[in-house]
Amino acid sequence: MALKIVKGSIDRMFDKNLQDLVRGIRNHKDDEAKYISTCIDEIKQELKQDNIAVKANAVCKLTYLQMLGYDVSWAAFNIVEVMSSSKFTYKRIGYLAASQCFHEGTDVIMLTTNQIRKDLSSPNQYDTGVALTGLSCFVTPDLARDLANDIMTLMSHTKPYIRKKAVLIMYKVFLKYPESLRPAFPRLKEKLEDPDPGVQSAAVNVICELARRNPKNYLSLAPLFFKLMTSSTNNWVLIKIIKLFGALTPLEPRLGKKLIEPLTNLIHSTSAMSLLYECVNTVIAVLISLSSGMPNHSASIQLCVQKLRILIEDSDQNLKYLGLLAMSKILKTHPKSVQSHKDLILQCLDDKDESIRLRALDLLYGMVSKKNLMEIVKKLMLHVDKAEGTTYRDELLTKIIDICSQSNFQYITNFEWYISILVELTRLEGTRHGHLIASQMLDVAIRVKAIRGFAVAQMATLLDNAHLLTGNTQRNGICEVLYAAAWICGEFSEHLEDPMQTLEAMLRPKVATLPGHIQAVYVQNAAKLFATVLRKHDGETESQAAQETSQLLIDRLPLFVQSANLEVQERASCILQLVKYIQKLQQKNVEVAEEVTALFAGELNPVAPKAQKKVPIPEGLDLDAWINEPPSESESEDEKPKAVFAKEEPKHSRSRHTEVDEKELARRREVRKQEQANNPFYIKASPSSQKVYDAPGVEHIPVVQIDLSVPLKVPGMPMSDQYLKLEVERRQKEKAERKKKEKKKKREKRGKERKADSGPESEEDITPAHQVDIVTEEMPENALPSDDDDKDPNDPHKALDIDLDKYVPYCRHLQFIHVLHIVYDIQGNHQDESKVVVSVIFENKSDSFLKSMEFNVLDSLNSKLQRPEGAGAHDSLTVPFQLPPGQDTHAFLFVSSVSVSIVAVCIDCFLMQSDESSTHEKLDFKLHFTCTSYLITTPCYSDAYAKLLESGDLKGSSLRLEGINMPFHHLLARICFHHHFSVVERIDSCASMYSRSIQGHHVCLLVKTTVSIDAKCDEPSLLGNVLDEIKQTFSKC
Amino acid sequence: MCKMRFMLLFSRQGKLRLQKWYTATAERDKKKMVRELMQVVLARKPKMCSFLEWRDLKIVYKRYASLYFCCAVEEQDNELITLEVIHRFVELLDKYFGSVCELDIIFNFEKAYFILDEFLMGGEIQDTSKKSVLKAIEQADLLQEEDESPRSVLEEMGLA
Repeated sequence: MALKIVKGSIDRMFDKNLQDLVRGIRNHKDDEAKYISTCIDEIKQELKQDNIAVKANAVCKLTYLQMLGYDVSWAAFNIVEVMSSSKFTYKRIGYLAASQCFHEGTDVIMLTTNQIRKDLSSPNQYDTGVALTGLSCFVTPDLARDLANDIMTLMSHTKPYIRKKAVLIMYKVFLKYPESLRPAFPRLKEKLEDPDPGVQSAAVNVICELARRNPKNYLSLAPLFFKLMTSSTNNWVLIKIIKLFGALTPLEPRLGKKLIEPLTNLIHSTSAMSLLYECVNTVIAVLISLSSGMPNHSASIQLCVQKLRILIEDSDQNLKYLGLLAMSKILKTHPKSVQSHKDLILQCLDDKDESIRLRALDLLYGMVSKKNLMEIVKKLMLHVDKAEGTTYRDELLTKIIDICSQSNFQYITNFEWYISILVELTRLEGTRHGHLIASQMLDVAIRVKAIRGFAVAQMATLLDNAHLLTGNTQRNGICEVLYAAAWICGEFSEHLEDPMQTLEAMLRPKVATLPGHIQAVYVQNAAKLFATVLRKHDGETESQAAQETSQLLIDRLPLFVQSANLEVQERASCILQLVKYIQKLQQKNVEVAEEVTALFAGELNPVAPKAQKKVPIPEGLDLDAWINEPPSESESEDEKPKAVFAKEEPKHSRSRHTEVDEKELARRREVRKQEQANNPFYIKASPSSQKVYDAPGVEHIPVVQIDLSVPLKVPGMPMSDQYLKLEVERRQKEKAERKKKEKKKKREKRGKERKADSGPESEEDITPAHQVDIVTEEMPENALPSDDDDKDPNDPHKALDIDLDKYVPYCRHLQFIHVLHIVYDIQGNHQDESKVVVSVIFENKSDSFLKSMEFNVLDSLNSKLQRPEGAGAHDSLTVPFQLPPGQDTHAFLFVSSVSVSIVAVCIDCFLMQSDESSTHEKLDFKLHFTCTSYLITTPCYSDAYAKLLESGDLKGSSLRLEGINMPFHHLLARICFHHHFSVVERIDSCASMYSRSIQGHHVCLLVKTTVSIDAKCDEPSLLGNVLDEIKQTFSKC
Repeated sequence: MCKMRFMLLFSRQGKLRLQKWYTATAERDKKKMVRELMQVVLARKPKMCSFLEWRDLKIVYKRYASLYFCCAVEEQDNELITLEVIHRFVELLDKYFGSVCELDIIFNFEKAYFILDEFLMGGEIQDTSKKSVLKAIEQADLLQEEDESPRSVLEEMGLA
């Protein structure tokens, strides 16, 4: 035996420790994976040994390997073993490993409950600390449920080191087990006034986090936080509190008004940038929520903007970035204040740091006006040319489009200029935003009627030069613009100077390399162009051109018929057949132009994406009602299977279709089509797909040759610049005309007013060159205004939305009308088992100041109030605080007691009515002690549990709960939580639970899914009471 | 203060030196996020600011010698205070190891974790005082040495 130990120890001296492992990995740079796999084999050997030191060393190495990305989940059980070591050194390593490797899915976590509970109540504060730290990383709903009570007790631990950690971890516990929030909250709140600053700031942290998620439940804490804010000097705490107020003010505007002053004071006085930044942000948030009713808030905004300007001008990139970020928040509500700093922001566009440039770009959005839009966009276009890296360039592109298109092209005065900008943007290589440009092109062409001629000409050029766009790479997103170009040319083909040429460009073989959805649009719009060409040559008999067009289509379309894309194939073959038929008619000299054109007649209105959803359901329309009578069973003798189907699911729509014949179907289809055609709100799948499938008969179509168009580009100068120049000229001309008019007017007025009209022109003076059709019918009439801000149902914080001001059902309440409201909670005392702790919250309900209170318990044989040393047996305890009206405070009382159920208490209150007079009231009440208060959650292993049951010392009793329909684990959770039990073992449909009273009585429960509880206890009266209380708990729900 | 989602330490060569996750994240996602984030941060030029928006998080990072300290915080959190948190952690490491370098953290990575755990818990600052953090670590270390000291090799061999 001794030899074995010696051998083991010698082996150990040659074991690798963590340092050796790290060094080894560094020395095996070339074959790291192989080296590590041998190390893992060694570790596996080490884990098999009994020596805990060896195991801990192995686990430590595994933790390192886990960080390097190796899977160590197989060692989870060994980690638990090391956690359970009694030596702090190993325990520490075990918990570290667990916190790094465990997650909710780790099944061995279940085994740790009792170990953690033991560590939490360890006399060594560092054991407790290490357990809390570890738990904060891997707490699961089960652990939270089982340990909530233990951690709550730790919040009142004598050592601030433990209190602080316990308070912080409560947040995680709340998230995992929301039911614990309500009972724990009073104690948490009390920690806001803990003498230890660390504990206090921990409590501020937790409550602020809770309040940020569900602010409305925490409004009542505002006065307390206000006091903290004005008294605290700790910047960390201040930041948290200020952030909390930012969340509260939208709910309580009066709070906002109160806040502005202390916040502006802080802004003026603080030297800490983080605090300054937080204050500025909160002031902005407050002012945004206080949209009106603040007469002098412009001063506060000015102050913020000034401070932000200082940040932006700072040489520190971080401050610059944050300054711009905060500025963009102000921009939303107070654009004027920001606009005056345009110079500074434009300057930031040239910053070396890309992230700062991006922030500045965000701000530009709000800085444009009709006057400076073209100039700003020109500057941005220069940046586009210079930009390195596609991300920044793409960002520039989207910003240009955002800026130009904002509020329905409000700032665009010249759409020719805008179209040319869009066309210029298509020359960007490798941009991801082709579809964005495309949608802008479509939008402008559809909405601005006056621009269609110009747009069509530009798009035709684009189509003609398509090879420039698609040339280099496949992943090129820019070819999306061809989608728009083809559609615009097709739809507004009446504006085309040479439709024949465009048609030819659209049917080039190269088109077949484009993505399917674009080809489909090409094919469809080729048909539209075909119709246009025919119409142009209408009336010319035996037109050569018309027949050539038909031939062109017949030659080129087969390429698309072979397309692998279903949509392209289907459209191409449809149109090909149509053209073939037309060609036949043409050869017979039949006039076809009109019929073909009729295929594409009518104009499209833009429809808002949500339009369909917003159509209100007319009164009396029941969408679930039958349109036809449901078929009776006798009707379908020959369709038995379907009849059976209908019988089983009477609402199944298939049963209706079964008896509709072909004719009826055709008729319905016709009606539906008619309806769709007449319904402006019907949303078509895509702009071009609507007219595809109905192909009525077509007759004869003639075509004529047309001259080539003039080149659209002015050589030597980018297009948009040219338009910029033109626009400037136009404006000058307009201005001159206006001047003339004004002069005239002035002359008429005989110069009574001498206004300087040479000053900068104001916004309103600039009239747009084109009218934008912001089609008002985009939304259906009487569309329902609806906010679509659905909250994420999976948000874990939703469960914590608990109104904490409502009376806590698990504590008992007493109310002395008009004077005092008392809430109390009773718990067994871990440290001294002969005592129970009664925590009491006093709330002053009267209008007067509560000067002093004395608390007394009429001692009995069973219960005794713990008085300070030297006090007489009947002396009262003075409650150590005074209560202003409407405030509440906590107090703790220790009552030594044995099994009592009622303790009589007497409170003497001295109320201050005014400065001189005071009244005195004596209030008597009784504290009802429940048996649960005497139970202490105590772990019990299943073997010990079995022994206990076998011993035969326990008396049995049972209970049936009626009308409970909650999941079994919820039921268990409730018993654990409210009655201080712990689950010993759970097997399928039943679970065994254990708890112990402070006097050492054992209580065992066997809970079954049939909601019956068999209970055993060595003290029958205790058992009876506990069962009664469990019954009561469940009768409440 | 700040609700941190995770903290990463990695070297200029893209080697992870320390990672602490304050919200449950699947192992696979962790790896992916770490890889992605390292790429983004390492690609940034030295003169750039310390903040960036990444997914729905704000990333605050700072480089100390060859090590990047990188924190992810939530949308409403204060970037500057996060930067202070990083700085304070570095100060703590520095005090503990005595002018810390990357190798200290590599070879004593469990110590680095202990310090971090004493400083932050569940993503929140535990104590704003450097002194009390260092005191807690010192005392825990003392406890550890007490554990270890009586166990000399000879003793364990049963020869003493």
